[in-house]
Amino acid sequence: MKRQNLLLICLAALLVALPLYLVPAPEAGAGGEAGEAFAGTDSQAQAAIAALAPDYTPWFAPLFEPPGGEVETLLFALQAALGAGFIGFWLGGALMRERLRRDTQAANTQGPRRAD
Amino acid sequence: MHIMEGFLPLPHALAWTAASAPALLWGTVKLKQRLAAAPQERMLLGVATAFAFVLSALKLPSLTGSSSHPTGVGLGALLFGPLAMVPVAFVVLTFQALLLAHGGLTTLGANLFSMGIAGPGIAYLAFRLLRRLGLAPAVFAAAALGNLTTYVVTALQLALAFPDATGGVFAAFIKFAGIFALTQVPLALVEGMLTVVIVNALQRFNAEELRLLPLGQARESN
Repeated sequence: MKRQNLLLICLAALLVALPLYLVPAPEAGAGGEAGEAFAGTDSQAQAAIAALAPDYTPWFAPLFEPPGGEVETLLFALQAALGAGFIGFWLGGALMRERLRRDTQAANTQGPRRAD
Repeated sequence: MHIMEGFLPLPHALAWTAASAPALLWGTVKLKQRLAAAPQERMLLGVATAFAFVLSALKLPSLTGSSSHPTGVGLGALLFGPLAMVPVAFVVLTFQALLLAHGGLTTLGANLFSMGIAGPGIAYLAFRLLRRLGLAPAVFAAAALGNLTTYVVTALQLALAFPDATGGVFAAFIKFAGIFALTQVPLALVEGMLTVVIVNALQRFNAEELRLLPLGQARESN
């Protein structure tokens, strides 16, 4: 199980890291500025909509938009931290519970023998 | 898979909201009943929710040169059944719609349908069908397929709303699927792998609770 997990985590990391080396840098945009590498598919879809329905105008705007990329990164990090924090909490509790269970079991099996 | 705020015409936005609302309501009621009957499952639900929080916060680069999110809802669907993931996906999507301007309130119904209903539904179904192949392969395939399904559904939703002038819905679907689904293939594999990792951990530490859940029951029936 441990080896399987280790292998899977390495494979997942590899799958995420490989594109960084394999994908060539995007061509410069029309204005000469460098294109964004690894742009989000959500914004690509937005561009596709603009191509399919040039007349479409969004009829509702987000109530709140993160002011700038840094704040957006902060909020995404916060979301991930909340999730990872809870998983860590569970894992720590589970490990401790298992250790305590093993300790009490060991104590119980040793106890009567000593009384013999 | 987030359809941006305001990027679905009103009738589409309303229709997808109408489609998702009953599932959200039913899923919430069922989940409440379930936790009232089995409070020991709260920790597992927390883990499933946390997993969805982490994975959907990560925008991963893909071989197509663009990046996209895993969804993380496959795990919960295997643990609690697909309906339980509707409220969980709703929480994640609302967080991202309100604070991150990712997705939106008008597109919440459509996004909830793809990430909270279609993805977990297919993941659960795939797990049931593939269970005989062994736990790890079934979990892997289910989570990966669920992830991919979410993005195929998003492409379909956009194609229905913005059909191609000459090729109609189908041509538009090919276009959107080219953006979403292709990028998603390696990310779906990553989600499958990570879901197997956490299922392995759950099996080791929470075997007793798992026995009462779909994940464990399937094991006994086989």
